[in-house]
Amino acid sequence: MAEPVDIPEDDEPGEDVKKFMFVNRRAPYGTIYALEGLEMVLITGAFDQDVSVVFMDDGVFQIVKGQDTKAVNMKNFSPTYRALEGYDIDKLYVERESIEARGLTAEDFVVPVKVLSAAELAGLMAEQHVIISA
Amino acid sequence: MLHTVNKSPFERTALATCLRYAREGDSILLYEDGVYAVRKAQSTTADVAAAAAKFKLFVLGPDLDARGVRPDQVIDGIRIVDYGGFVDLAAENGPVQAWL
Repeated sequence: MAEPVDIPEDDEPGEDVKKFMFVNRRAPYGTIYALEGLEMVLITGAFDQDVSVVFMDDGVFQIVKGQDTKAVNMKNFSPTYRALEGYDIDKLYVERESIEARGLTAEDFVVPVKVLSAAELAGLMAEQHVIISA
Repeated sequence: MLHTVNKSPFERTALATCLRYAREGDSILLYEDGVYAVRKAQSTTADVAAAAAKFKLFVLGPDLDARGVRPDQVIDGIRIVDYGGFVDLAAENGPVQAWL
């Protein structure tokens, strides 16, 4: 016979909150990494965790404005990043070195982002409980 | 001959190797993540602009649109083609080397 499952009654939100950082380094459509990464962010957000989302290297292209995928017959998932705010996910960071190499600025993105240097992001990274790469 | 490149120049060496192998008169088509190479004002621009002067460079329009790269951001001398243009390039240019 199975043991009864112990369900704690005082399962208040705010308890057991961990700091999760998602590190996005891939362009949006050439591989599935970006879309899968976004889905993981949304799932984590649904569990009321402390979520940070970082875009670096080609990952910055995930949130570039003006994407129109009709002709390639793929889902344009860039508007979904704007839904993150609804999950209280508003810590969105882009790496300064990455956008400078690509001639981009903070105004080129579909969501408000904070631009930080690699050194600053490394500091944030070290504070996390869990880091997930995509 | 025709060379195709479908990887980002920031992440892979496919384009760099392609440019090392391309010879005078060759055509090069950039598609999928390869289209990130055609943008002006980025760290790869000088090399790609030099290649555009030396070879016939093409980029697939639908992949530019998907990635939010506007035609006015494309380096001068690179021609934008559609899927039919891709087929024409393959048909007209002898062997096709796909740098994956």
